[in-house]
Amino acid sequence: MIRLAVLLSVLWLAAPALAADPSEMLKDPALEKRAHTLGKELRCLVCQSESIEDSNADLAKDLRIIVREQIGKGASDEQVKKFVVDRYGDYVLLNPPFKGATLVLWLGPFGLLAVSLVAAWAFFRRRAKGQAPAGSAPLSDAEKRRLEALLKDGK
Amino acid sequence: MRRVLYLLPVLVFAGLALFFLKGLTLNPRELPSMLIDRPVPEMNLPPLPGRGADTGLASADLKGRVSLVNIYGSWCIACIQEHPYLQKIKELGVVPIHGIDWRDDPVEGAKWLKKHGDPYARVGSDPAPGRTAIDFGVTGAPETFVVDKNGIIRYKHIGPVDMRVWDKTLLPIIRELNK
Repeated sequence: MIRLAVLLSVLWLAAPALAADPSEMLKDPALEKRAHTLGKELRCLVCQSESIEDSNADLAKDLRIIVREQIGKGASDEQVKKFVVDRYGDYVLLNPPFKGATLVLWLGPFGLLAVSLVAAWAFFRRRAKGQAPAGSAPLSDAEKRRLEALLKDGK
Repeated sequence: MRRVLYLLPVLVFAGLALFFLKGLTLNPRELPSMLIDRPVPEMNLPPLPGRGADTGLASADLKGRVSLVNIYGSWCIACIQEHPYLQKIKELGVVPIHGIDWRDDPVEGAKWLKKHGDPYARVGSDPAPGRTAIDFGVTGAPETFVVDKNGIIRYKHIGPVDMRVWDKTLLPIIRELNK
């Protein structure tokens, strides 16, 4: 049992292993970290929901190599991103940029939240004012008497 | 007025449903190319062994007449399916087809052409990491680009070309560019 637990915990440590094999990595750990962080933001065009750092696809491997090559040559993160976006479009960025075409994507949820808050506010205000919901009339005298009798009975 | 307000959620739902329904019919692999209306990337790819010294593919080779650039590789299964149609298109003699042997050992790329036939005017070898293919924004093989007389990319077809794609899509574009 304990052995199994140890095995599982060790296996769990293996989970975050990278798709990048050591031969691709840059020697300078600081640059490698930058390349890895940047690669995490770039979509693999083959598997589409994985970043190029996570994917085993050949194209992802090629892009990892090219990203590292450029960073090794001293390119800034922005320059590398521009290189990839120039070829594959904004789609390649897992974190889409804030601009005209993506306005609905970024602001839509807040817009919906605002609309629903206004609707909720209007609803509760009307209820607080004591307005009866549409379609129901106030109780008649006979109904009031019957209600009182019922309430008394319950005691 | 109030009636209309009650209908609003239904209308919003119908709008969203249409939007998502359209999304379901789209192929997520067919990404719009960034290269359309841009010049072909700078390249000077060496020829495949046994195809002659001056049969590599450089950017300058794509100027002067409308041409097709086809991305293939000996490892690519869909390319085998596409290949007979490329042969047919070559026989039609409307456009030259150039090949880029992508992520491939040039020896294997040449062998593959011997085995399946060689529809290409020029073939450039672009072994891993496939820099030229990445400059073309290639996401997989096969892909086919239509390049105009000035070396500007006008269209990209993702996936195998067949006679239907040729008749319905590629040929009309080529005719338009030849005007």
